[in-house]
Amino acid sequence: MAEIMEADSGHGKKKGKRRPKKHPAHIDMTPMVDLMCLLITFFMLTTAFSKPKVMEIVLPSKETTKDPDKTKIPKSRVVNFILGPNNKIFWYNGLIDDPKHPPTLEPTDYSKDGVRKILLRRNKDLFKKIEEYNLKITKNTSNVIPKDTIDKRIKKLKSDDNLGPIVLIKAADGVKYGNIVDLVDEMAICNIARYAIVDLNKPEKKLLHAALGIPEPEESKKGKHK
Amino acid sequence: MPKFKLPARSPRVDMTPMVDLFSLLLTFFMLTSTFRQADVTEVKIPNSISEKQAPDKNIMTIYIDTASRVYFNIDNGPDSSTHYRADIINEVGKYYNMKFSDKEVTDFKKGGAIGMPIKNLPKFLDSETSKDEKKILQSGMPIDSADNRPPDLWFWVNSSRKINSKCEVEIKGDAGADYKVVKKVLDILQVNKIDKFNLTTTVVKETVSSKDIKD
Repeated sequence: MAEIMEADSGHGKKKGKRRPKKHPAHIDMTPMVDLMCLLITFFMLTTAFSKPKVMEIVLPSKETTKDPDKTKIPKSRVVNFILGPNNKIFWYNGLIDDPKHPPTLEPTDYSKDGVRKILLRRNKDLFKKIEEYNLKITKNTSNVIPKDTIDKRIKKLKSDDNLGPIVLIKAADGVKYGNIVDLVDEMAICNIARYAIVDLNKPEKKLLHAALGIPEPEESKKGKHK
Repeated sequence: MPKFKLPARSPRVDMTPMVDLFSLLLTFFMLTSTFRQADVTEVKIPNSISEKQAPDKNIMTIYIDTASRVYFNIDNGPDSSTHYRADIINEVGKYYNMKFSDKEVTDFKKGGAIGMPIKNLPKFLDSETSKDEKKILQSGMPIDSADNRPPDLWFWVNSSRKINSKCEVEIKGDAGADYKVVKKVLDILQVNKIDKFNLTTTVVKETVSSKDIKD
């Protein structure tokens, strides 16, 4: 309590001087409360409670020695996504190794029934394996497995996978950063083991321009990259 | 009926428990708070399912907004004994044969993102420059090389890597930013042997099961 009890004084002396009666030492706390309210409000508003979340991507290093055997990837596993301006996206299977018979670009979209459907269908085996593993962990509540072990196991499942697609993400001019993030996120959702963000090559540029129905700009013929 | 008269109470309310509680709350907030830094530019962050937390130290942040402006920020290190920002600005100055005064260095140390050509830095750090002028100076960091020199961002990234090799990269890009600009930034980072990036995203849950797979 803020009131300080007064000691019972004055016993014994009967004819002593009467002191003026002391008031209990009341301290007015209201300004203090005001100030504290203000400070708390300030701290509450300036505190960043939720830390930002990040998505991790790793790009292929630029300094890898070009080993022709290593870069060889089975054609049948390759799935290409070509991102165009205005949220357009196209895809095709395989590689362009014969420019005379180019693959046809199929239009698709960023929704659930677009990219995700294509990816899930191609990545069925690995996706089911990871799903089963996750299910096994959630069922097995008696034995808690540390998160690191789970991550490692899933990583192992991914690196052992040799049937799933190898996805190449290729962005044309005018693509928004959000599109790329969406697509990379889609890779995470579908548990794609192997994907890379690469540049468009010339025949693909031609195909994209044809698919978009716009004439090929002059500068792109020169080859902007390299 | 006899009338009961309530004893007259003093209108004063005892504030002590309230003050106790408030002090407790205040102490809690003071100790747990990490101040939210004012973002240098408005960035609408894209969504993803990733729940990885952004590291809070040893991190360089690169902002990219819809107007293709690039800003760079770097933290001071894990504790107050490290003065990475001061070392970094001196390192960058070396490339440009610029010497920053002690006052400029301490001003820079306080933090905040920067987005301007390095030659404008002394003016930005000058205390006589008004806030509005400073805002105008923050027009984005050059990411194209000029005069046979690497772009300014390269110097910052390179110096940061030299001073603090543990430094990770966080990219805060606007969902509507041009990918071409992002690509240029990524290229600059890759030249500095950084191949791993943290892209800031907002968590949006997505659940997909194998039942969704239709042939």
